[in-house]
Amino acid sequence: MVDSLKAEILGAIGATTDPAALEEVRVAALGKKGRVTALMKDLGGLDPEARKARGAALNVLKDEIAAALNQRKAELQGAALAARLESERLDVTLPARPETEGRIHPITQTIDEITAIFADMGFTVAEGPDVEGDFYNFTALNIPPEHPARQMHDTFYLPDAPDGAKRVLRTHTSPVQIRTMLANKPPIRIIAPGRTYRSDYDMTHTPMFHQVEALVIDEATHMGHLKGAIIEFCRAFFDVDDLPVRFRPSFFPFTEPSAEVDIGCSRKGGELKLGNYGDWLEIMGCGMVHPKVLANCGIDPAKYQGYAFGMGIERIAMLKYGIPDLRTFFEADLRWLKHYGFLPLDMPSLAQGLAR
Amino acid sequence: MKFSLSWLKDHLETDAALDRICDTLTALGLEVEGVEDRAKALAPFAVAHVVSAERHPNADKLQVCMVDTGAGTIQVVCGAPNARAGLKVVLAPVGTTMPDGELTIKKGVIRGVESNGMLVSERELGLSDEHHGIIELPDDAPLGTSYAKLMGLDDPVIEIALTPDRADCAGVRGIARDLAAAGVGSLKPLSGGHIESAPVKGAMASPVGVTIEDLAACPLFVGRYISGVKNGSSPRWLQDKLSAVGLRPISALVDVTNYLCLDIARPLHVFDADTLAGGIVARISQAGETLKALNGKDYTLDDAMTVIADRDGVLGLAGVIGGEPSGCTEETVNVFIECALFDPVRTAATGRKLGIDSDARYRFERGVDPGAVFESIERTTRLIVEMCGGTPSDLVVAGAEPKWQRQITLRTARVAQLGGVDVPVAEQKRILTVLGFAPAVHEDGHITVPVPSWRGDVEGEADLVEEVLRVHGYDKIPVTPMARPHAITRPAVTPRQRRLGFARRTLAARGLNEAVTWSFLSAATAVHFGGVPDELRLLNPISADLDVMRPSLLPNLIAASGRNADRGWADVGLFEVGPAFRDGTPEGQDIVAGGVRAGAMVPRHWAVPARPVDVFDAKADALAVLEAVGAPGGNLQITTDAPGWYHPGRSGVLRLGAAMLGRFGEIHPGVLEALGVKGPLVGFEVFLDAVPQSKKKAGTARALLKLSAFQPIRRDFAFVVDQSVEADKVIRAARGADKALVREVAVFDRYQGPGVEPGKKSLAFTVTLQPLDKTLTEAEIEAVAGKIKVAVEKATGGVLRA
Repeated sequence: MVDSLKAEILGAIGATTDPAALEEVRVAALGKKGRVTALMKDLGGLDPEARKARGAALNVLKDEIAAALNQRKAELQGAALAARLESERLDVTLPARPETEGRIHPITQTIDEITAIFADMGFTVAEGPDVEGDFYNFTALNIPPEHPARQMHDTFYLPDAPDGAKRVLRTHTSPVQIRTMLANKPPIRIIAPGRTYRSDYDMTHTPMFHQVEALVIDEATHMGHLKGAIIEFCRAFFDVDDLPVRFRPSFFPFTEPSAEVDIGCSRKGGELKLGNYGDWLEIMGCGMVHPKVLANCGIDPAKYQGYAFGMGIERIAMLKYGIPDLRTFFEADLRWLKHYGFLPLDMPSLAQGLAR
Repeated sequence: MKFSLSWLKDHLETDAALDRICDTLTALGLEVEGVEDRAKALAPFAVAHVVSAERHPNADKLQVCMVDTGAGTIQVVCGAPNARAGLKVVLAPVGTTMPDGELTIKKGVIRGVESNGMLVSERELGLSDEHHGIIELPDDAPLGTSYAKLMGLDDPVIEIALTPDRADCAGVRGIARDLAAAGVGSLKPLSGGHIESAPVKGAMASPVGVTIEDLAACPLFVGRYISGVKNGSSPRWLQDKLSAVGLRPISALVDVTNYLCLDIARPLHVFDADTLAGGIVARISQAGETLKALNGKDYTLDDAMTVIADRDGVLGLAGVIGGEPSGCTEETVNVFIECALFDPVRTAATGRKLGIDSDARYRFERGVDPGAVFESIERTTRLIVEMCGGTPSDLVVAGAEPKWQRQITLRTARVAQLGGVDVPVAEQKRILTVLGFAPAVHEDGHITVPVPSWRGDVEGEADLVEEVLRVHGYDKIPVTPMARPHAITRPAVTPRQRRLGFARRTLAARGLNEAVTWSFLSAATAVHFGGVPDELRLLNPISADLDVMRPSLLPNLIAASGRNADRGWADVGLFEVGPAFRDGTPEGQDIVAGGVRAGAMVPRHWAVPARPVDVFDAKADALAVLEAVGAPGGNLQITTDAPGWYHPGRSGVLRLGAAMLGRFGEIHPGVLEALGVKGPLVGFEVFLDAVPQSKKKAGTARALLKLSAFQPIRRDFAFVVDQSVEADKVIRAARGADKALVREVAVFDRYQGPGVEPGKKSLAFTVTLQPLDKTLTEAEIEAVAGKIKVAVEKATGGVLRA
């Protein structure tokens, strides 16, 4: 009888499809008026031996029913949850909520890269004003008034200062050298990145552009060091370990001896590639600081010497990142900035690498 | 500066290959910009003779030619209609690569007949478009001779870029001298043949006199009259020389001056003496004088140019260009030669002002050899008499040769100290000797040199070091690593400089794109941004659009925003970190982080409502920059007195005590209209140097963090206040009600409408209380709430909403 009851109740449990029906089955079986409860109540009328045996059997039955109820309950809950989740299904191919991330301009990124490299060689960053006196921009740099070399730069002039001094937009970052030497005693080891201005506007010139200048003054730095620093810089910056670097004698009023620096490249098929390909591309000017420049800054040229070099930031950025047109740097075209710009967290460091 | 190899060899005894010459020139600082060497590509092509030409047995249009190469006879199949027996032709033997680099001639069988080369046309050699037949050479063309040599195409033309200091290398001789110093051959003496310079004896006094009015402008003028010349074509050798470097031969008299200009960097002028009215004078021009120049153009002069003039007026611009009326023609019979020195600065200025680039100016502005005036006029005389005949007069001399002689001492150890490479003293001496310095070596290791007249650029010891180094070779300087000042890299930037990077990368992370815009703009635009003082107006702007220094970063960013919108990208976020200018002093520029947003802040999207940019976006940007650069956020005040380019009711100024740190707001619609940009557009400016720098007094450690063990309690309040009451006032009052407990006051609603009387608004905010030492009782919370109510009502005149 217990067996048939068990089969009947377990069957009923298995047949339930929702928690309410399951509760009904539980009450009908184990409730106060339930059938198993009724059988338990009948135990009192049995003799001890029979009561013991039947009681044990009924207890087993109760446990089995309870277990079946719990299992069925979990099953039903699981099914209900599954059904609810199914009903909550979303089209996850829909676009996420809009977020925007801007880009860092290639000029900033390039300056940060240059800074990282020269920091490792012990340089610090120096600055100076964009509006300069012609003493700093020309005279102190051994470019006297009316010297033809002043015509090498198409200078923007501003009205004279109240004391009669000529004011110009700096044509190079070299006046920062002068300011640094006037304000500091050697040893000096600086780079000076910044805006520069020349009155020229065509395919390859913009009236404003950026340069970085380096200056080292101490008692022993010579052209071998100059070559060492520039070669290391070029190879690190352009990320070409065997990049050929060539030094050609040249002329600048503020250095003596002077040189121009070429790096190896290939122009085959109209495409410019940097590396050991036999062709050359000029990238900067350099030299040993002219004794007159040192003297103009109150530094004794008999005791101190050193080098300076300077290059165009846009130019090396164009070479490194394959940017074809100088003028586009200043157009603030969002499409250009997105394409050539850098992620804000892409902070150049020698430890992490300078470029991705 | 262009010259041909054969011209170079007039001065340089060498058998060095062209490549070595070019590499050495560049290594010397005479950068080779280009070499035109047609002989290289044409080297395999030689003169041959067609002995016989028979119809090809299997092709109507082909002929089978037996060709004598001078070394033997070969069979060549040829398709040219003019191939015929007896013709001298150009043969490309088997193995020849054609000048286009694509076709290589192979031994082959053409329609069953063997062919061992090709007879070529001019087009196949890249010389012209002529392709109707093969080249027909004169009958006397020697068999086996190089075709390039036969045609004079074997003289490569080299072009170098000359730095402004190397006046001497504006002549072929100076270039030869440099090459000789570098070991590429030896310098030939400047005498004999067509470069003879021994004095010519005059047959009479010059009927043309010379006076100099301004010895600074023209220190020396040497002239000579030659009567009875016949001006015709110059000899072939001279025409070839000039043609090779791109100069058109004109007449013997003109060609001689052009030749010496390029050969020894000596510009000259030859007048038709019969056109002169009275004597010649070198003087400063008077404003308004005019000249019809040899280039056919008319020029009007100012009062600061050196001119050569006669009684009737200006004959030529000294050192720049001659005049047409006094120039030599085929009919010229009597000439007057001018060989003078002119002030380089004034010459350059004249050429620049009038926009004249001439071979003469190129040399005079670099500085013409002051020691060679007399020998140059002798050389000129000899050449003219040789080519045109005539009777020379005595020299006419005005002024005097300026003193150019000077001595410099080179401490030979300086070469290694400055150059980083050891060059033996004997080698230093050799280099300086070949360069013409006549060095004397002293026992103390010093070298003293007299500087030659043609090296005005060499002024001091460092110049001599460069001479030695560049001839020795920069490539021989050993690379030396820089000594590291510290074992571990120190920061390269100051904390102040570092903040610029923080500002940039913070703004980019917020969705703004970094722009770099001009430091200048138009005065008309600047007016809308406070204008600029006169001292920031460029005297020579590149255009009227870019004529003043920018007083603010905003106008260029707004314009850029408009350009992007015009291209169809209306949702714009741009920023820039750069200078804005107050005045023309070095201190008159501020470093500013500025930015603009335009269009939609939130674009149309399925999940969130679209929203245009508003003032609070700009405010958030400004505050983010301030936080990034370390401004103390809690003490900032906001005032509503932003300048006129902002919307007066939708803008604010961020202040810290007396300092203005920044401002933000909607850009004034009137300004946008003036700039032609559609709004709304919001912007901000943060003055980075106005933000105080944090002081590192206690090292890097932060203040100790004290965490409360007790739960924070939040209570909401709503006050009805006058519409004009600023939220900031309400927040400050609530915060000040119990400074110990009130941690945060956050406005979550602002309401006007039914239930709030007109002219008033309801502001609702959540106050967060943070107990520190015990859990608050309900009564204590109520007490704080009461204090907040009293404080807000007192400060704002508002009432707590029921």
